[in-house]
Amino acid sequence: MTRTRTLELVCPAGTPPALRAAVDAGADAVYLGFRDETNARNFPGLNFSRDELGDGVAYAHEYGARVFLAINTFPRAGHPEPWRRAIDDAAALGADAVILADIGMAEYARDTHPRLRRHLSVQASASNAEAIRFYHREFGVKRVVLPRVLTVGEIAALNESIPVETEVFVFGGLCVMAEGRCALSSYVTGQSPNTHGVCSPASHVRYEERDDGTVCRLGDYTLNVFGEGEAPGYPTLCKGRFDVGGHAAYLFEDPVSLNAIDMLAELMDAGVTGLKIEGRQRGRAYVSQVVTAFRRAVDAAARGEAAPAEDLLAVAEGGRQTAGAYRSRWK
Amino acid sequence: MTKTPAAKLTLGPVLFNWAPDKWRDFYLRIADEAPVDTVCVGEVVCSKRMSLFEPVLAGVIERLQAAGKEVVLSTLALIMDEKEMNAVRALAAAADFLVEANDIAAAALLDGRPHAIGPFVNVYNEGTLGYLERRGAVRVALPVELDAASIAALAGSADAELEVQAFGRLPLALSARCYHARAHGLHKDACQYVCGDDADGMELRTLDGDAFLAVNGTQTLSYTYGNLVGELAALRTMGVRRFRLSPQDIDMVAVARVFGDVLEGRQTPPAALEALGVLAGGKPFANGFHHGTVGAQLVAASGSAE
Repeated sequence: MTRTRTLELVCPAGTPPALRAAVDAGADAVYLGFRDETNARNFPGLNFSRDELGDGVAYAHEYGARVFLAINTFPRAGHPEPWRRAIDDAAALGADAVILADIGMAEYARDTHPRLRRHLSVQASASNAEAIRFYHREFGVKRVVLPRVLTVGEIAALNESIPVETEVFVFGGLCVMAEGRCALSSYVTGQSPNTHGVCSPASHVRYEERDDGTVCRLGDYTLNVFGEGEAPGYPTLCKGRFDVGGHAAYLFEDPVSLNAIDMLAELMDAGVTGLKIEGRQRGRAYVSQVVTAFRRAVDAAARGEAAPAEDLLAVAEGGRQTAGAYRSRWK
Repeated sequence: MTKTPAAKLTLGPVLFNWAPDKWRDFYLRIADEAPVDTVCVGEVVCSKRMSLFEPVLAGVIERLQAAGKEVVLSTLALIMDEKEMNAVRALAAAADFLVEANDIAAAALLDGRPHAIGPFVNVYNEGTLGYLERRGAVRVALPVELDAASIAALAGSADAELEVQAFGRLPLALSARCYHARAHGLHKDACQYVCGDDADGMELRTLDGDAFLAVNGTQTLSYTYGNLVGELAALRTMGVRRFRLSPQDIDMVAVARVFGDVLEGRQTPPAALEALGVLAGGKPFANGFHHGTVGAQLVAASGSAE
């Protein structure tokens, strides 16, 4: 695997205004989804119609940015049509790549639209060389978005032994479970990323005021109680606070946000191609601010300079940041 | 009563970190007494545990085979480095066994020869199922999240034998991070194998004291025991012939007998549910995933009387 000279900045576009904001702020590529269950951010008010994708592709291409369409949920047995149509329309509307998770859909894309570039979604959970080589060999996948379970050292070793590009998350909400293999959300709400494209959906969230504070519930379960002086956060299941051996603790992960802006040189040396910013559910202001900061940092890294100091804490989930699994001490 | 083809029982791999003696004795008793057709062995959750029961593994396999059980070798569900990859390669090379792939990497290694796909590989639809079948998958244990409609659609197109987990805590998530170690203020690399303290998983409660999940090292399971004893008949009608019992730290021989009795019409599902409740020591059951709703729920079976 050859070293890439410049890291490619892959940015979230939950809506057409977010797409324009990302492109204007210097995104090399944007990723987005159609307005249905075919993508893993199937939230009300988000995503693109077919017409909006066409316009978005035109805008991005005008400024030299690429558009990746995420079709990264798992088709329901007996009902593959929405997913197939999404792939067909991605090809017809000029998307530069589709980001796929399901083996059946990867095969469909390979056979039906062989010239449409295929990326492997983080939801496919390809965490090792053998799995990645499989998706490359079988489906011609050109890029793999790596699960957030690997250290930088493990990513470097992986890049030495695979024939495809890798893309890694560098900022935003942090899945602490192996993505695409988590049914926690459906256990509590009946809807999961794999089946419905949602995690801990807002439709199942309730906040209640009690004597001991603000109670945050998902489905039938209390995921947190925020006392005085604590800002109530969103009850994403794996960021909940639980009773662990008699004391309240964030067992899975604290309410933190991933930020690897200080690690870009290391990631470049590890052979990474794409840097992914999470946050299709976030607004234009978030997109502008984060993409601008990472644009500067990526350009600095390409010149061999350290990342300029950027304060992204204000937009970080929970107001705290972590390098996540990239550092082995996280495990 | 309509005539349905014989159903088979698989005992899934022990997911928890049991001491080698306990692990061995469990399987020896299964070999001698449990009415299961197939027994899965092998570490699925954490590669650090593999060496622990390695010394007793060959003896266990020999006894299970001598008792007429089909032995399946289960592989790691999350493979993150070359050491773990090599462990899976070694298992995949075991030509005399049916090997169960719990990661697509293992399925790739088993390409071209008959193998099983475990519940940690995402088989949600006919496209993926058909693809894996053409690569040699002869048995596919479906993800626990699938509902009845999806299972029926898959069964309608399957050449491989489909397997559905019918008993035991539901595997919900995997991580690189060890939550057992984290709960004890330890790091994964120096975990002191604290997961061994919780033979049935470490029960996690909400801040309001409700039992919620069960932690097993890097794995997160349901607090409830999945239980489809009331749905067996419906599943058989769909064409599912094989049911998985996932080992818990209770009398699994007795659990297997209950399931065997229901499958052979010697016990009714309501009576079986009651018997399993006693065996499970009052742990709540869940079948919500099967009914397309909240996974933690127990939906009353309808029309399942035989």
